Formats: sequence, structure tokens, C-alpha cells
Amino acid sequence: MDLPLPLPIQAVPLSAYLVLSAVLFSLGICGFLFRRNLITIFMSIELMLNAVNLSFVAFSYQMKQVDGQIYSFFVMVVAAAEAAVGLAIILTVFKNRETLEVDDVDRLKL
Amino acid sequence: MSVILFGVFALIAVACAVNLVLQRHPVTSALSLIGVMGSLAVLYLLLGAEFIAAVQVIVYAGAIMVLFLFVIMLLNAGAEEKIPGKSLTAKLLGLPVFLIFLGVVAFLIQKYSSANAPVEFGAFTGGGPREVGRALFTTYLLPFEVTSVLILIAILGAVVLAKKEID
Repeated sequence: MDLPLPLPIQAVPLSAYLVLSAVLFSLGICGFLFRRNLITIFMSIELMLNAVNLSFVAFSYQMKQVDGQIYSFFVMVVAAAEAAVGLAIILTVFKNRETLEVDDVDRLKL
Repeated sequence: MSVILFGVFALIAVACAVNLVLQRHPVTSALSLIGVMGSLAVLYLLLGAEFIAAVQVIVYAGAIMVLFLFVIMLLNAGAEEKIPGKSLTAKLLGLPVFLIFLGVVAFLIQKYSSANAPVEFGAFTGGGPREVGRALFTTYLLPFEVTSVLILIAILGAVVLAKKEID
């Protein structure tokens, strides 16, 4: 087992991509937990989806197979559908309550 | 060369992601998210996923983020107000603990993943539109077709939700 030293000069190991993916995912979780604006929370979810996509593509490279890329393609499709529906929900929430703060949206029924 | 490209664009991605989390105004966050997506597209190219890189730029950075910006401008969303009175421990310990967590995760990935082979640009060329299309229309035909139903439902749902009035 190699020493866990990052980034040899000659080439980037694949695990660097995985580490980057983990960092982006954790930042997405942070944004999801700390922000209070509905739209920013939604963008943090997109950030997490992107991080997972990077993992999929990295593993696709390692396996030398295209399947991982197909999965990340499907993730993108689902993200697009999710963005359309989610933003429509956000529009409805704003129309009914005139706020985007998640702390103010704490009831299901008005 | 690929080391420099990876370093630069990984840095840009992380910086933009940090900016996304820290900024209070949603428009700034959205623009940083576009930065993350663009640099991820370059990383996909380095990994030999040409089609996914193009789709990333067109669908994610193009379509989805335009939708986000459109909604932000439509709702005239302003910056979040600051909430006073966060606890001192949270302020002092939050960042160090987060960095330690990231360090532990990075260490574990480096140590236990079998993916320590160096990435060479051009070592995997099976990610072009032809290969992806062939896989989509042979092995993954059923999921691909089901996707169209999913998108149809999403369109209907978006229209219904955006039209609905609660009195």
C-alpha cells in the first residue's frame, strides 16, 4: 500500500479526483445545512449531485468502461427534472408566503 | 500538463464551491455554481468523458442554471439577513472540525481505495458520443426510455405547480 501522500509530480492519481469529489460533496452538505435561502439550499443539492457525477466519471475511467458515464448522464437527467419541479415548488411557496427563508416556511398548511 | 490542468481546475472548483456556501446573495451563489460546473467539465475531459463534458456545459451550466437565475430574478430574491447570536463554540470549532473531517476523508480515500493508478489524458477514449450513444440504445435502452416518461411527468408537474393558486 502506498503512502497516503497527495499528488506526485508526474501524474495525478485517480484518488485525487475522488478526494475532490468528497470535498465538493461535503461543501454541498455544508451549504445545505447552513444556508437559509431556499434557492441556495437547492443549489447546494445540485453541487452534491455534481460531486457524485465526478465520482461516477472517475470510476468509469478506472474501469475503462462507459457505464459510469451513462449513470452520470442519468443523474443529469434526474437533476434537470428535479430542478424544474423544485423551482416550481419554490415559486408556489413564494407566491403563498412571500418569503424564501426556510425558517419561516415551517408549516405544511397556511 | 494534466497535473497543471487538474490542479488549476480543482482549485477553481473548490474555491467556487466555498464561495457558493459563504455568499449571502443567491445570484452570487448561482454564478459560483456555474464556475464549479465549468471546471468539472474540464475534469471530465481529462478523464476521457467528452460527451459528458459537453452535456455538463450545455445542460447543467446552460439550461439548469439559467432556470435558477431566472427564478432568482423572478422572485427578486435578496441577500439573507444575518442571524445574531450564534454560539461561540460553533464559530470557533466549526471550520477546524470541518477541515479535520475533510482530511480524514481524504486520508481514508487515499489509503483504502484501489484507485491509485495515475490518470493519463487519452488513456481512455471510450467516452465519445458514439460509445455513449451505443450503450444508451443497447444496454441501457429501457432506463433511457423510462427517462422520457420521467421528464414528461416533471414537465406536467412543473406546469401544474406553477399554475396552482391556493386561496
